[in-house]
Amino acid sequence: MDQEEIIKDTKDADEPRIGVFICECGVNIGGVVNCQDVADYAGTLPNVVSSAVNKYACSDSGQSEIKKAIEENDLNRILVAACTPKTHEPIFRACVEEAGINPYLFEFVNIREHCSWIHMKEQEKATKKAQDLVRMGVFRSAQLDPLQSNEVPVTDKALVIGAGVAGMQTALDIADMGYKVYLVEKNPSIGGKMAQLDKTFPTNDCSICILGPKMVEVARNKNIELMTYSEIDEVDGYVGNFNVKVRHKARHVDLGTCTGCGLCVDKCPVEVPNVEFNEGIGTRKAIYVPFPQAVPLRAVVDRSVCIDCGACVKACNSKSIDLDQEDSISEIEVGVIVVTAGFDVYDPEPTNDYGYGLYDNVITGMELERLINASGPTMGKLVRPSDVKTPKRVGFIQCVGSRDKKSNRYCSSFCCMYALKDAQLIKEKYPDSEVYIMYMDLRTPFRNYEEFYDRARDMGIKFIRGKPGSVTEKDNGDMVVRVEDTLTTEVIDLDLDLLVLSVGAVSSESNERIRQILKVSRAADGFMMEAHPKLKPVDTTLDGIFIGGVSQGPKDIPYSVSQGSACAARATRYLSQGKAITEGITVDVNDDLCVRCGMCITMCPFQALSLEDDKVNVIKALCKGCGTCSVACPTSALEQSHFKNDQLLAQVRNVFTFEE
Amino acid sequence: MADRKEWEPKIVAFCCNWCSYGGADTAGMGRFQQPASVRVVRVMCSGRIDPLHVFNAFLEGADAVLVTGCHLGDCHYVNGNYKTEVRYQFLEELMIEMGLEPERLHLSWISASEGEKFASFVNKVTTEVKKLGPSPLKPEGVN
Repeated sequence: MDQEEIIKDTKDADEPRIGVFICECGVNIGGVVNCQDVADYAGTLPNVVSSAVNKYACSDSGQSEIKKAIEENDLNRILVAACTPKTHEPIFRACVEEAGINPYLFEFVNIREHCSWIHMKEQEKATKKAQDLVRMGVFRSAQLDPLQSNEVPVTDKALVIGAGVAGMQTALDIADMGYKVYLVEKNPSIGGKMAQLDKTFPTNDCSICILGPKMVEVARNKNIELMTYSEIDEVDGYVGNFNVKVRHKARHVDLGTCTGCGLCVDKCPVEVPNVEFNEGIGTRKAIYVPFPQAVPLRAVVDRSVCIDCGACVKACNSKSIDLDQEDSISEIEVGVIVVTAGFDVYDPEPTNDYGYGLYDNVITGMELERLINASGPTMGKLVRPSDVKTPKRVGFIQCVGSRDKKSNRYCSSFCCMYALKDAQLIKEKYPDSEVYIMYMDLRTPFRNYEEFYDRARDMGIKFIRGKPGSVTEKDNGDMVVRVEDTLTTEVIDLDLDLLVLSVGAVSSESNERIRQILKVSRAADGFMMEAHPKLKPVDTTLDGIFIGGVSQGPKDIPYSVSQGSACAARATRYLSQGKAITEGITVDVNDDLCVRCGMCITMCPFQALSLEDDKVNVIKALCKGCGTCSVACPTSALEQSHFKNDQLLAQVRNVFTFEE
Repeated sequence: MADRKEWEPKIVAFCCNWCSYGGADTAGMGRFQQPASVRVVRVMCSGRIDPLHVFNAFLEGADAVLVTGCHLGDCHYVNGNYKTEVRYQFLEELMIEMGLEPERLHLSWISASEGEKFASFVNKVTTEVKKLGPSPLKPEGVN
């Protein structure tokens, strides 16, 4: 039977014959709500033909019971009272569809998240509330209409936003599966934060040595179109059919002809702090190559500091520099979008955490990373900012901007490990130095991480379990950190030459901007929220949009790479199928009631409504089914399917009962 | 009518599918305990909440109505919640016309991750409404 026949068939059915199933979800619901009572009550409601309790409605046996009941009792509508439709509605819709019922004649009532879990100590009230919710659902169920979901074609191209290590992995994986990938990066080079790091834990191998070849691979891959120094301006459309406007910021250098020779850089007279790559340590010119291993290895002009002298233009043999270049926009069409826009390191300056910003010799972990990096501004020689001398006594303070109610409550997960790594690197380079790590807890899960911690202890790095109370500066620039060792209850005044704050990760401004453009949910920690914390860790609630790497929350390199691959696998499902199913919920116009006032047209943010030939026309492919326009309609000519006034009012009116 | 001390108000909460319904789910997942006063009606967008639905809830016997949706700027449908805000202002004015205390109508933007916020919102409104007592519009004999 095809869809249309099913719709016709169900419409012609005389009376609603509703089957009600109350799920116990083990003890999740059954431990609080008396499910048998609720099922018995449901049996007394109009149009309910059968009602029963399921131990686990979503399990194979639970679904079989539903299908059996449909057949035995000739049911034409099903109501399941269980958990949340946000995770389980698709499962039950598919189940009733297999039994020949239109999936939109399935009604879901939430008696777990919205009842048993929030009234755990009020069993009687919870049971009463579950009965109310089921009654509301039964009356709504009787009003439901069959609908048809739409199948849409999928453009077989992907967009990956952010070319850090996670995004690069996603792009490479999708490209290797044979699909075109647009990889958009806001910075002039790909590589992300990993390119700035010196070594990586727990193997202490050089970061750029393992990242560099991957960056080159990205640039060489024929299926990847790299768009560096570019940002996402606008995204519209829906799964399979996203239209994206990408703004290419004026680089003032022709990527095709520039050879990255650096002659222009030598001639440029303007020097400014290198904030972009070296955390403000050392300088760069107004025209600069981001870093020696940059991909693409091309210069870029920072017009905000350029003095228009034209020295670079004269120096360039290949005539690649155009100081008058302007931003350009390109429009691309893609089927899926993966966001790997990354993070910022927590900035302790505004709140002067542990004297950062007040005292020269308090630096962040990222600044240390650049200071000990062999290709960094000091060529790997560790010096302290105040007098450029190599520090003999270095201290690390953990959990700065993490696990702190004043800033961020969450654990940034990688700071323990990077502090252990940096402490080891200092100890290796300067064996005479004293290195201290002040911590609340050290967190070292995953393979070889605990062993890495052991190695740090064996090297003589000293661990003090305590959060420092104060940091002061001596006249010679040394720091005094007062900390209680909570294992010995001794208060120590620690004299240090250099103090490093192990700062955590925060959601970056660009991550937030993209989140708002795409309308991905925001988690309480500010990062993007996944569709399900366990079962859909890289999906979002929006079909065709995926999140990976630190966009979703703080994580280290191996975890980011895994998520990058996971995003590729999840996204490519759409590309390989070539089609996607979209919701059947849209709006419909009743021409007899419509007075052609046009109020609805102004409400629609998707331009799905128009007045043509004296008729309001709905373009179903554009309508996203929010229903906002139907509220504006003065004659109720516009109705949102599945959320019609009658359907909603059936629920509202049945919140209440007459008491005898 | 039941004893005032025992009396549990009935509150109708309109929640949008993407944010506040998810917020209510998150409250459940975090086991944030709440009074059993709220009955959630799910809509796709808070912009779908018709003043008609809110009036009906009051006329049928709601002691309070909660209008909830995504934070401004976070609407899944671009700007549905801005329209909600405008309609809410209209509703607020009509509360007085209908002879209802303004404390019986609330608007809150709750994201899908803000379970704790959803729970404390429900707790706060329930406490307030308990002080006010049953709605003057509640038909006799209705619970």
